[in-house]
Amino acid sequence: MTSPSSAPDIQLHLTSNPKYLASVRGMILSLSETVGFDVVDSGHIALAVDETLANIIRHGYELRENEPIHVAIWLLKDETPGIRIVIEDEARQVEPEDICGRDLEDIKPGGLGVHIINDVMCESSIEKRESKGMRVTLLKHLKNKNVDCTENSNTTR
Amino acid sequence: MSSQQNIEIKVERLPAGIVLRPMGDIDLSRAPAFRLEIANSLKDNTLTVFIDLGQVPYMDSSGVATLVEALQLTNQAGVKLALYGLQERVRSIFEIARLDKVFKITETFEQAQED
Repeated sequence: MTSPSSAPDIQLHLTSNPKYLASVRGMILSLSETVGFDVVDSGHIALAVDETLANIIRHGYELRENEPIHVAIWLLKDETPGIRIVIEDEARQVEPEDICGRDLEDIKPGGLGVHIINDVMCESSIEKRESKGMRVTLLKHLKNKNVDCTENSNTTR
Repeated sequence: MSSQQNIEIKVERLPAGIVLRPMGDIDLSRAPAFRLEIANSLKDNTLTVFIDLGQVPYMDSSGVATLVEALQLTNQAGVKLALYGLQERVRSIFEIARLDKVFKITETFEQAQED
């Protein structure tokens, strides 16, 4: 996934307290609707962001509450309108290829976040940041005749 | 500031079993409290645990994981578990996770009581 060249429309800095997840979801829902996403897709975008944040809090920061998380949002208005969300942390780095969900046939708690993110977003990727932490990029386009999101492009770098 | 939040769960004891009715979103902050309440319900020696999700507008994988744990616990205890009243957004996450065929999920409490 190419890096955005323009500055984000919205930036949010929060600490890794799960209490803030509901507020972030509400904001993402509202922003998605302003872009033109319907109720279902707006909900999916909020879910993907929530799952990403929860993974950072749970696995990256091991449930420590006062660690930084940075969220940047681009409201895309070009010929393929949609929303791009980049979520960065300063947690321990892991190899992106090691981040994978569980086999869905193996019924057990946990391991669903990655599957959910990949299922609801058009594109998603995870990579190490240059200095410390990880960067997750989520992209979803508005549905139109020129854009088909059904074949997801989800990558690790 | 504590990261864990309480969740309001109404509990109703009926001849058919115990009904848990969580209120509000179930995410990473509230899943632990939900898990605790489910575990407490199993101390009731009930035959069936019904979970009414009609007042849960949002659930993420933390909430789903809690329900998977509940399914494992109830199976071990020989207790039935049934979910009902799922809102569309919550139902979709079960479908994404392919758990919609693993759990007994119905629209209504009456349907949940049927074998």
